[in-house]
Amino acid sequence: MNTSVAATHHHGPASGIGRWLFTTNHKDIGTLYLWFSFIMFLTGGCMALLIRAELFQPGLQLVQPDFFNQMTTMHGLIMVFGAVMPAFVGLANWMVPMMVGAPDMALPRMNNWSFWILPFAFSMMLLTLFMEGGAPNFGWTFYAPLSTTYAPPSVTYFIFAVHMMGISSIMGAINIIATILNLRAPGMTMMKLPLFVWTWLITAFLLIAVMPVLAGVVTMMLMDIHFGTSFFDAAGGGDPVLFQHVFWFFGHPEVYIMILPAFGIVSEIIPTFARKRLFGYASMVYATASIALLSFIVWAHHMFTVGLPLAGELFFMFATMLIAIPTGVKVFNWVATMFRGSMTFETPMLFALAFVVLFTIGGFSGLMLAIAPVDFQYHDTYFVVAHFHYVLVPGAVFAIMAAAYYWLPKWCGRYYNETMGKVHFWCSFIGVNITFFPMHFIGLAGMPRRIPDYALQFADFNAIATVGAFIFGFSQLIFLYNVISCIRKGKPADDRVWEGSHGLEWTLPSPAPYHSFSEPPQVK
Amino acid sequence: MSAADRNKRTVTLLIFGCMTMFGFGFALVPLYDVFCRITGLNGKVDLVAATPSEVVDHSREVKLQMVATNNEMMPWQFRPETTEVKLSPGEMYQTAYLARNLTSKFMVAQAVPSVSPSEAAPFLQKINCFCFERQPLKGTEERAMPLVLSVDPALPRHITTITLSYTLFDITPEDSTQLTLLGRSSL
Repeated sequence: MNTSVAATHHHGPASGIGRWLFTTNHKDIGTLYLWFSFIMFLTGGCMALLIRAELFQPGLQLVQPDFFNQMTTMHGLIMVFGAVMPAFVGLANWMVPMMVGAPDMALPRMNNWSFWILPFAFSMMLLTLFMEGGAPNFGWTFYAPLSTTYAPPSVTYFIFAVHMMGISSIMGAINIIATILNLRAPGMTMMKLPLFVWTWLITAFLLIAVMPVLAGVVTMMLMDIHFGTSFFDAAGGGDPVLFQHVFWFFGHPEVYIMILPAFGIVSEIIPTFARKRLFGYASMVYATASIALLSFIVWAHHMFTVGLPLAGELFFMFATMLIAIPTGVKVFNWVATMFRGSMTFETPMLFALAFVVLFTIGGFSGLMLAIAPVDFQYHDTYFVVAHFHYVLVPGAVFAIMAAAYYWLPKWCGRYYNETMGKVHFWCSFIGVNITFFPMHFIGLAGMPRRIPDYALQFADFNAIATVGAFIFGFSQLIFLYNVISCIRKGKPADDRVWEGSHGLEWTLPSPAPYHSFSEPPQVK
Repeated sequence: MSAADRNKRTVTLLIFGCMTMFGFGFALVPLYDVFCRITGLNGKVDLVAATPSEVVDHSREVKLQMVATNNEMMPWQFRPETTEVKLSPGEMYQTAYLARNLTSKFMVAQAVPSVSPSEAAPFLQKINCFCFERQPLKGTEERAMPLVLSVDPALPRHITTITLSYTLFDITPEDSTQLTLLGRSSL
């Protein structure tokens, strides 16, 4: 092994499948992560389209309720753990070493492990669909006792899959922290780090803090199901509400794990295309850190209706609303960065702008949900579905797409087709809004989430949402085609790629060489 | 320090952090219970007899609702003798819950109380309650289980209705020898 590593060190990547199986190169592993997450995105997307097709009309047309529940559960789990999180880890793998001037990640061998666990975890989870009793059907939040006493037998496979994903995420996070803390180029002080690196550093600490709690809660489930304990079983002295407390102690920081790197990406892209420095760099760093800290004390806003005491409702309501302040700082900083900039609207910028606008809409519906008394009406309705899809799809997913378009010329040395990119953007933008905006209305009108059939009064908006979902879903094929044709025959890109680009990664040739920064660059 | 040493130190610290958080996840189980017990949140009620208060506040009346729930798979009939009563704070009130073992087998049950709103929980004083001990019933046997309580006159004035809910759990020991012993000793 040693000789082959030494050999690849001088001659670039190994050939054949072995390159991908045994690679310790951060660029290879980043590519693997990104393709994996795209496959998962399409898989989870097909499930979403099945859900939307069933909801096109009231009544049961395509699937039975139990299978519908399996689809909502698997869609959520795959999108959260299979699409969004690995995509961010993939971007971190590609970009963090290049942005801090490091030759590779700090722990390359572990990096290989943390990726290759994922395909096994998700194969195991997807195979539950073909098991007797079906796949997990209790929602991605897997509340006990639905996920313990009443769960299908496949829940055990689900638990082990979650354990594996957790181990993968923790290893990835350790690697990223070690890289950022120990491998920065001389002169790259903490307050000179690009914001994408900063947001990922904070995200990695969040992962270290909460993924073990997720592992803990699924372990408790495992013990309740198989070893006769009663963590969540009232008959044995346990408490089902305890499950929700422990789960959301993980779950709320988790939603920031899915959005903080997106903040970082947008903070890289907007200055490039506004041709101005990022407004308020230091305040961005502090805002990110305070969002991360606040995320630990707001978890019960997901459980306003479980019967919290008044003091608890008030505490979690005000703590949640407090998060709007650092988030507002970020949004205003992005707007101030664009103010009087000489802006151009290439595809990454379009996605970044859509991110700012649509994420803010999702943030506002989040503020509405934070108000405990009105949450009693909104809880478990489509309003919640609209809210978290607005922050995750045009939030996290749009940021990932913006990042892919932004750095693609650096990765493969070729430009994507700009016109096709814009078509992809507008189809996605229109599709997303047609899909999720009507969900606000049907949610406020009282349509519950996670149901395969609904009252007639909700029919029109559901039909519209389904049309939007198909537009959004199929427009992702444009993205796939654009990326493949870019890799094959795109127009060659220069080193800077974008006129307004700044940062260490743009000092490297395009495509970025297999081994970069073997000699650390000097940062002034 | 070399880069490898620094990496080793970072990784050791981070793995330690992971282990701590894994432990913290489990520590949340007792912590959560302790927190609720100290603060009286979550409607947790002390399972010890209270001493009745001596003053009766005739100036107001509190509506007391009584609810009975069977935990899943608990085959007993279980209901309150009275479902609703108006009490003056401080007044002693005696009632009962009726339980009937609908099976032909000997069973042991335990009732667990819960008070809503939880703010009222510390003010509902149970002087004698069937929930203080387990309730063994032979097959088809029926029993009125006594409950003596009063509402503390210190109850905040804005609370006008208190719901007292009992959930009945099956705690019959699985071991049959233990079952007969237990049956003999408590009957």
